[in-house]
Amino acid sequence: MKTKILLAAATAGVMFAGSVLASTLDDVRARGKLNCIINTGLAGFAAPDDKGKWTGFDVDFCRAVAAATLGDADKVNYTTATGKTRFTKLAAGEGEILSRNTTWTFSRDVDLSQTFVGVSYYDGQGFMVPKALGVKSAKGLDGASVCIQTGTTTELNLAEFFAGNGMKYNPVPIETNAEAQELYKAGRCDVYTTDASGLYATMSSFDNPADHMVLPEIVSKEPLGPVVRHGDDQWADIVAWTLKAMMAGEELGITSANVKSLAGKDNKNKEINRLLGKDPLQGISKLGLSADWAVNIIGQVGNYEEVFEKNLGMSTPLKIARGMNQLYRDGGLFYIPPIK
Amino acid sequence: MSFLSNIWRNEKSREIIVQIFVLLCIGWFLSWLISNVDANFKALGKDISFEFLFIPAGYDINQYLIDYNNRDSHLRAGIVGLLNTGLVAVFGIILATVLGISLGIIRLSKNWLASKIAYWYIEFTRNVPILLHILLWHGIIINTLPHPRKALNLGDVTFLSNRGFYIPKPLTENGIELVYLFLVIAIIFSVLFFKYAKKKQDLTGVQYPVFWINFSVLISLPLIAFFISGMPISLEIPALKGFNFRGGMHMSPELAALTFALGIYTAAFIAEIVRAGILAVDKGQREAAESIGLKSSKVMKLVILPQARRVIIPPLTSQYLNLTKNSSLAIAIGYMDLVATLGGISLNQTGREMETMVIVMLIYLSVSLSISAFMNWYNNKVKLVGR
Amino acid sequence: MSTQMYKPGSYPNLPPPPGTVGFYGWIRNNLFSSISNTLLTIVSVVLVYYLIDGIIGWFLFDAVFDADSKIECRKINDGACWAVITRRVGQFVYGFYPEAERWRINISFLTMFIAFAPLLYPDLPKRKWLLWFSGIYPFFAFILINGGFFGLAKIEYSLFGGFMLTVILGVTGIVCSLPIGILLALGRQSKLTVVRTLSVCFIEFMRGVPLITLLFVASSMLNYFMPPGTNFSILVRVIIMFTFFSAAYIAEVIRGGIQAIPKGQYEAADALGMNYWQTTRFITLPQALKISIPGIMNTFIGLYKDTTLVVVIGLLDPLGIGRAALADTKWNGLSTETYLFVALFFFVSCFAMSRYSLWLENKLNTENK
Repeated sequence: MKTKILLAAATAGVMFAGSVLASTLDDVRARGKLNCIINTGLAGFAAPDDKGKWTGFDVDFCRAVAAATLGDADKVNYTTATGKTRFTKLAAGEGEILSRNTTWTFSRDVDLSQTFVGVSYYDGQGFMVPKALGVKSAKGLDGASVCIQTGTTTELNLAEFFAGNGMKYNPVPIETNAEAQELYKAGRCDVYTTDASGLYATMSSFDNPADHMVLPEIVSKEPLGPVVRHGDDQWADIVAWTLKAMMAGEELGITSANVKSLAGKDNKNKEINRLLGKDPLQGISKLGLSADWAVNIIGQVGNYEEVFEKNLGMSTPLKIARGMNQLYRDGGLFYIPPIK
Repeated sequence: MSFLSNIWRNEKSREIIVQIFVLLCIGWFLSWLISNVDANFKALGKDISFEFLFIPAGYDINQYLIDYNNRDSHLRAGIVGLLNTGLVAVFGIILATVLGISLGIIRLSKNWLASKIAYWYIEFTRNVPILLHILLWHGIIINTLPHPRKALNLGDVTFLSNRGFYIPKPLTENGIELVYLFLVIAIIFSVLFFKYAKKKQDLTGVQYPVFWINFSVLISLPLIAFFISGMPISLEIPALKGFNFRGGMHMSPELAALTFALGIYTAAFIAEIVRAGILAVDKGQREAAESIGLKSSKVMKLVILPQARRVIIPPLTSQYLNLTKNSSLAIAIGYMDLVATLGGISLNQTGREMETMVIVMLIYLSVSLSISAFMNWYNNKVKLVGR
Repeated sequence: MSTQMYKPGSYPNLPPPPGTVGFYGWIRNNLFSSISNTLLTIVSVVLVYYLIDGIIGWFLFDAVFDADSKIECRKINDGACWAVITRRVGQFVYGFYPEAERWRINISFLTMFIAFAPLLYPDLPKRKWLLWFSGIYPFFAFILINGGFFGLAKIEYSLFGGFMLTVILGVTGIVCSLPIGILLALGRQSKLTVVRTLSVCFIEFMRGVPLITLLFVASSMLNYFMPPGTNFSILVRVIIMFTFFSAAYIAEVIRGGIQAIPKGQYEAADALGMNYWQTTRFITLPQALKISIPGIMNTFIGLYKDTTLVVVIGLLDPLGIGRAALADTKWNGLSTETYLFVALFFFVSCFAMSRYSLWLENKLNTENK
């Protein structure tokens, strides 16, 4: 009897605690810092430099959200996660955003109760081999040793691809990209497979990138994007529109260099005015953001093109072409809803 | 009031009250935890269910002792992982024991140089975390051994490369039953002979060279059967086909690195245990044994070791347990043990942290507890009686 | 040999036979006393030679200590490229702790020795006063490292890393686990069935599962056991797990100490009319703890080494920092150097601690005789 009462009291306490949960945005504002979960180290996406500052494509997205919500892109705490621990870290509340090249899949969205807010990078799983191996197609990989990163969609894609083509392989599962890279270079595996962007990132860090090639087959669809916890629609909208604002910035020709001057004057294109807060954007207060949110994002971090070129583009060691990752008008897949 | 205070003053009833109170506290705490889990799971829309164990795992495993492919269930993947854990634990324990005992004896050697080398070796090994051992060994194996196409070739049957060690695999053919039969006969004979010789020695003091007789019987009988039945064992020799060697038996670099790292790390602790055990035997025992004219090998075998064994076995068992638990670090280099399959990829693909971790922990726990139980039984058996 | 007679008491002090004392004697006795011994010596010498020849050159003489990247390193010399360490030594030591605030770590670290000195060296002068400092040290260090008080900036846990993280995890784990360990050890020896069973269950569970599974629990499941909305840092959760884990081991060490106390001590306490808590406070614990110190020290060394496992759940201990450095395009491929450096760090610190533990053990042994 006594335990039952205690149990009831405990449950009541729990329900009470549950009902006073603050919104994610309030949490972030109260803390004055955004907690962002990123990769433990992947060149171009998230890696610390010699000074200990994190840089990369995923890191810049965290900065953009911080700029939108806090007005300062530098107010971010980075928490690192492996492929395996990332969802549990997000669920455990260690970060407000998971910005760690995460593939959007049905089961992750539905079964794991995560909210995918958009696609920041369209990718696909590819294979990298040393040119000396003489392989020209992934169909010629029968019997090969394959290095894969665990905790990703990669394992299942790989199993399906090889089984579908009636080939055998010897999987070597590895936790982190750095480790997998070491094994590939040492010749433990014939092939390294992960998202094509990751392959280019890895290849760029080799002494002689020209000795390696990415095979033409892309065996999966990997739409990568930021993830937030289920259940806070306001926060999901903030993160989603931060991404769209960066892309809209590119579409409307707003860059970190000209954003201040564009924001100060009345532009002919009213969409620019609305995005930059010159003309009121209906409902922005519902998001809990100030009118200059997009100015902060683009001014402090840059538009999508700038971020892409700075971290992954042709001027970097990764030399990744825009491909699918450009606006629809340039032949890519980004089609931004109207800013109205 | 005085009734109540009497209850409290009475030792027996006080003990019962205290215990009930403790039970209530623990019960309350547990129910609090469970209700928290319940509330959290409700909020996340999760439930607890073990059905995922029976859906196809979808991923491949590079080393399986029982048949496995990616259409098999998560449960089977877990069993494959468990067997892999067992395999590396057995290899590691063998290596650790052999190396540990040798090092322990070298530490006690009169040779100053050898003793010092063993000392520094032990100190260096045991003061570096096991995870680093594993990573370093893995690095050494894959970086120093050649690519399969340039594999070290030992007599065209055994190959060493950074994809692992390949040795010929014995394949049995018709007629092998005779060899098995003779092997069984040989084992029965040696057990009976051992008992007979012991009885004879107890009665008359006559000693037979039991070890050598049994050893030669165990070797020669199956060998004779092997030749009589027309050599029914053939070897499957590994050969380079495509990217890798195929056929034969194969030890992956991960298994090798893990075996070396676990074996060498644990050996350093075992060496100290062996040394302490031998030193713990009273000096007078050795002197007494020598004074009644026993040879030095007999002194070790009949006097020192049986007494040292009593001191050595308990810590030795806990080292074996540690080794088995440490094998879970396999995950760092991609050896697919229990933690890497069920507690790793399965956990990830299904998102069932609670269920998978509970299963994994229960398995380790039951292994540990059964070994501890065995050790307690053994301890009681060899314990000094009286005193 | 001719025999010579001496009168009793007049036997001259002859020198020892040649080759049994001095340098040659030592060599003969210790290195070449028999054929097998000689063989062993030769094998050892060859081993040492190859070790020095093969490794020292790579390690030291051909090594490069400063360069901008691995490629630069290789251009200078073909030995080890320690530049990856020297360029990031700050990260290896402090993780991502802000550079301007690192003095806080230094002070905490140095004062830690003052705080531990009276506990580790029982004969220290002015020990009483220092013990007061030991008592307040945990709060002092917490305020200093964590910040948020007295105008010190609050430092986020996610910035903690490197050797500092190793020391924080190890020291906090062991300090927090001592009281729990003592209670568990007493519980395991208790007459009360319920208390004893619970203690045994807890101890056996913690000792029966691999630490890495406990860390997975800390990283992925511990939050489910807390009321919804509770949200505490992964660092705290890992420390909780380390504490429970080492408490179980410490409990066993202390239980050994309790069992080593002669029965007469308890009988004497009973004869004096002491109750359970008095006996525990004045008889059992002072003696049991003293005997257990080397064992506790060994548990600490074990825990300290085990902190490397946090890399598996994504915390940036020295190994994690090393791996992050390897992910940098510039330093890619220097895993041997990185791992060896971390290994050396652990060797030096653990070896020093195990020497101390040995010294203490000998000291206690002689005191008891």
